[in-house]
Amino acid sequence: MPSLTINGKAFEVDVEADTPLLWAIRENVGLTGTKYGCGIAQCGACTVHIDGVATRSCGVLLSEAVGKEITTIEGLAAKGVLHKVQQAWIANDVPQCGYCQSGMIMAVAALLAEKPKPTDADIDEAITNICRCGTFQQVREAIHAAASA
Amino acid sequence: MASTATLNRRAFVVGVAAFGGGLAIGLPLGGAPGAQAADGAPEINAWVVIRPDDTVVIRIARSEMGQGTLTGLAQLVAEELECDWSKVTTEYPTPGQSAARKRVWGSFNTGGSTGIRASQQYVRRGGATARMMLVQAAANEWKVPVTECVAARSVVTHTPSGRTMTYGKLAEAAARVEPPTDVKLKDPKDWKIAGKPLKRLDTSDKTTGKMIYGIDVKLPDMLCAAIAACPVFGGKLKSFDEAKIAGMKGVKKVVRVGDNAVAVIADSWWRAKTALDAMPIVWDEGDNVRVSSASIAKWLEEGLDPAQPAFVGNANGDVKAAIAGAAKKIEAVYDYPYQNHAALEPLNATALYTPDKCEVWTGTQDGELAFTAVVQASGLPPEKCDVHKVMLGGGFGRRTPPDYVRQAVLIARQMPGTPVKLLWSREEDMTHGRYHPVTQCKLTGALDADNNLAGLHMRISGQSVFASISPQLLKDGMDPFSFQGVSSAGEAFANIGPARLGYTIPNLLIDHSMRNPHVPTGVWRGVNGNHNGIYLECFMDELAHAAGQDPLAFRRKLMANHPRHLAVLNAAAERAGWDKPAPQGVFRGIAQQMGLGSYVAAVAEISVGDGNKIKVHRIVAATDPGTVVNPAQVERQVAGSFVFGLSALFYGQCTVKDGRIEQTNFDTYNSMRIREMPKVETIVMPSGGFWGGVGEPTCTVAAPAVLNAYFAATGKRIRSVPLKNQDINLA
Repeated sequence: MPSLTINGKAFEVDVEADTPLLWAIRENVGLTGTKYGCGIAQCGACTVHIDGVATRSCGVLLSEAVGKEITTIEGLAAKGVLHKVQQAWIANDVPQCGYCQSGMIMAVAALLAEKPKPTDADIDEAITNICRCGTFQQVREAIHAAASA
Repeated sequence: MASTATLNRRAFVVGVAAFGGGLAIGLPLGGAPGAQAADGAPEINAWVVIRPDDTVVIRIARSEMGQGTLTGLAQLVAEELECDWSKVTTEYPTPGQSAARKRVWGSFNTGGSTGIRASQQYVRRGGATARMMLVQAAANEWKVPVTECVAARSVVTHTPSGRTMTYGKLAEAAARVEPPTDVKLKDPKDWKIAGKPLKRLDTSDKTTGKMIYGIDVKLPDMLCAAIAACPVFGGKLKSFDEAKIAGMKGVKKVVRVGDNAVAVIADSWWRAKTALDAMPIVWDEGDNVRVSSASIAKWLEEGLDPAQPAFVGNANGDVKAAIAGAAKKIEAVYDYPYQNHAALEPLNATALYTPDKCEVWTGTQDGELAFTAVVQASGLPPEKCDVHKVMLGGGFGRRTPPDYVRQAVLIARQMPGTPVKLLWSREEDMTHGRYHPVTQCKLTGALDADNNLAGLHMRISGQSVFASISPQLLKDGMDPFSFQGVSSAGEAFANIGPARLGYTIPNLLIDHSMRNPHVPTGVWRGVNGNHNGIYLECFMDELAHAAGQDPLAFRRKLMANHPRHLAVLNAAAERAGWDKPAPQGVFRGIAQQMGLGSYVAAVAEISVGDGNKIKVHRIVAATDPGTVVNPAQVERQVAGSFVFGLSALFYGQCTVKDGRIEQTNFDTYNSMRIREMPKVETIVMPSGGFWGGVGEPTCTVAAPAVLNAYFAATGKRIRSVPLKNQDINLA
């Protein structure tokens, strides 16, 4: 049975090797913070970190994820302290419906790990998630707030 | 909660089918005295439960889908309740509980931007009533006149003696107090909790992955279903070859769903979908297979002929004579395509059916409509049905019709005792929408010798939303809502609120040749204001240009009798600096409209590279919704509405080929990203005395403001959207 390492823990998953990682995370591991929006790596709602890289998990096969360090939204807080992106999201009241925000937050956390003080142009290039409610104005403000936290 | 009321099933079903909460009829307040919440805490009345630890549970009947209604309604109740906001939490009553208590929570409808305004009066009364009962309970306890007691921040104080008691301590006795009948509500100018930019109540779980949406519902031994409905609307399911997927891992059952769909039930959704995709299905596509976007366009084009019969929505004077006698006649034809809501969470519902009970867990914009669907599809009486609402991953109007709830129940009926979660794929969601209607419009304007607008004929041809979803709201066949934003003074569109034309034109005719293709329509954020906004506001620009006048000045001359329309227009123009030159290379466009009971206007600032690459730099948007419950959330709704409106302007179009929708996912139905987002400056300017909508109205001025700016920049008038079809893109 394939084994996945998610948020520092190992999970045996009884599922076909060609199952998208998204569905193994949601249905087999039972972590539902990672969302399904399109299934074709367009919307970013399913973004997780694979070895630290923001990745759309609907486009990754389970077999490709075995042996990698996977972090989901549920594993972003460290030792019970919310990640600074999550804190900035709360302080700036970013989410509307919130459905895209797990993926948005994971994408932003990866951006800040790489570029701690991103410019607006850096944000434009790195953050390509869809938000149908249209929270982008608050997302941008909160990214800058998190960067200066 | 006790369920005592018996219910006439048919009457309930018929009553709830009305769109727009048309059943807000004489709502009694409060349950039986001494009723309790599920956890045993005393229920002061239907809206307020107070726990011994002073936690205030405010019941919310309308649905939260991102628009902030949950927080806003809680603010209104808390304001009148005089409770400590930091102790407030919320819960959804179920439609089944409401039915059993004579609809004590009123309408559950959360559409037409009515979530707050259609219930504000009775939820505030609920809070005020509870406060008076708490104060009375304290007076009784102390044996003092109630007039000597005051409530503030969840504490009642006996002013002469300084004695105090908390709401938590008083709740049980308060629940037994006879509810007062003489209840006065505060003037909004005295508000301390409502009217303030408080943080949302539902943010934390949305940042940690803990928030449960319909797609996340888990029940013991639950199975999952993937569904395919006939891709041609109106077509039927003929047959499917179950043998081809026999033995596929995890597959439990293949079931017919109504007469037009088939579902595969498996131990996981991915396995169900994989098997469904592998299963041959034969459809009876019916006659609609011959319909295409081109055939629809041709039919609508015929409706532009003034000789064709049309419903008159707004008329005065003699437009024919005015046009015949015009010094200058201006004509233009516009069109607007189908749009999909494309809420990011695909439609889903989880149902558990037994012969004795049917329960559904789902995100819905109208719990009672969903409940009705459960009653109808389960064949059980209402008292054996219920709907448990969860957070919606977007709605925008799509989660009002309960087609997906009905499907979930029809599936669950074939698996009695086993909960089944039905989830649509994105592809199913894109191709089985309730689309923004398709229309065309021919406008003819008459300028007199002094370049005044002497007459205007606006002929709309195309689809009616009400004919599709609420035929009972048609008036002698006419859909009054088709005239959203251009209607006459008296029209109020049921409870959706007025959407009056903001111009006085001496000779006017606005009429609608209704032509309803087979593609089902629905209410899509902003609704008919989206196309009417483009048609009228872009044409006003054309008229101003023909008259050789500034677009703002030209409008102002026609708006003297419409002070609130004019006020938002002026406010947006002033903040944008309309009278001063824009920065080098930047061009401005302006638009205004009334819709969903509110007055809105926008100025767009854009630059255009290579003639076809638009950068939207800045939007200044002004809104007068009359009364504001949470200005911070209003600003967020306004900013978000421009993402929705501009995504549609640049990218949004659902085309029809062989009777079906061609776009299947976000690669062909695109939505704008953060790099394309303009800076949105919102002017919130409530003028008081009325309650207008917030979530939708500004969506309707997004496109015309940008299109008018594009004309200012290039001299080119775009009359057909989306812009991608004109090879115009966001830079």
